[in-house]
Amino acid sequence: MLQQLFEGEKIRFAAFDAEKDAEVFSKWTHDPEFLRLTEYEAARPLAPFHIKKKFEEMEKDAHGDFYYFVIRTKEDDRAIGFAHIRWIEWNHGNARLNMGIGSLDDRGKGFGSETMQMILRYAFEELNLYRLSADTFEYNEGAQKFLLKHGWQCEVRRREAVYRDGRYWDGLAFGILAEEWQAANR
Amino acid sequence: MASRESLIAYRVSQRVISTSDRRYAISDMPTMNNLFTGKLTRLVAFDPEKMGELAAKWSRDSEFYQLFDSDPTLPRNAKRAQEHFRERAEKDRAGDFPFLVQAPQDERLIGEGALMHAFSPHHNAWVAIGIGERELWGKGYGSDALNLLLRFAFQELNLHRVNLGTFEYNPRAIRAYEKIGFVHEGRVRRSMRRDGKRWDNVYMGILREEWENANR
Repeated sequence: MLQQLFEGEKIRFAAFDAEKDAEVFSKWTHDPEFLRLTEYEAARPLAPFHIKKKFEEMEKDAHGDFYYFVIRTKEDDRAIGFAHIRWIEWNHGNARLNMGIGSLDDRGKGFGSETMQMILRYAFEELNLYRLSADTFEYNEGAQKFLLKHGWQCEVRRREAVYRDGRYWDGLAFGILAEEWQAANR
Repeated sequence: MASRESLIAYRVSQRVISTSDRRYAISDMPTMNNLFTGKLTRLVAFDPEKMGELAAKWSRDSEFYQLFDSDPTLPRNAKRAQEHFRERAEKDRAGDFPFLVQAPQDERLIGEGALMHAFSPHHNAWVAIGIGERELWGKGYGSDALNLLLRFAFQELNLHRVNLGTFEYNPRAIRAYEKIGFVHEGRVRRSMRRDGKRWDNVYMGILREEWENANR
């Protein structure tokens, strides 16, 4: 028997549903802290219309090679975050991960950790990638701790690559190899 | 304060600009360099038609594109490459600045270079440079053109830093970048597989003050 890839203990992976999810995602973009912790672009609130458009653009930009999941709670089927893998280089087995839990109330409850475990399993046991990369910022200490806890290593420190709140911060790139993940999950 | 002589020279050069051949006038100006002309190379407009022909020619050399790009290397057809570059030029984002690299002595097009993602709130951009004519490798053409791209980035776009990425199996490029003043900022471990082996991606960066100190 093969394992269930989309069912966790507290969460499940669902498809993006423009009709239902755009409304919720739009709410998250009204929290500048959420945007500045997850995005390199200038923070700005987005209407549901723009959320849909952005999703379509990301999909097109990835030439269809876009593995996007909405994180929903099993308890009440709420959309609480997203995780996606894109920019896959199939010839090298290399790709990029981005994820976030949208609302402050849903952070610190283990939803993010479960999302990370499930997306790594998907990357290494369904897409059969060799490694994953993820970017974060010097000021996002929570993300750095989170990545280290899940077996990632900091690989690149781009000096003064991000300008926010009147000063420069380093941009950080983390990575994890399939063999590291396998060794930790055996 | 400008000296009296230089002010006069400046006025004279301005007059020349309005009345005569721009090429002479600009080089006469006391304070401004010609942004697009270096010691060995010149940056010229990115022309999709010419780029398509060059890509077809250079792509016969698989090593060139393996040193330049992580995509699977392929021989390319000139007409299809021209279409590709035309389409790409129409979709160019604000903040992308592609150029062709010319050797001024015989006006031959020898390479391509670009600054990308230059318009963001973070004052930085990515740079890429490639010399397709392999008999010119190791002679300083790439470094000269890269310095022109950096001058454009720091003195025309007024950026704070420039990023680049290259491959562990390209030590010639890494040495050239170090000599220009790029600093090693990390390695994405084993992220390429080529010639049956795993290799790191090497990332480097340079800040405006570092580049200006090296070019004073």
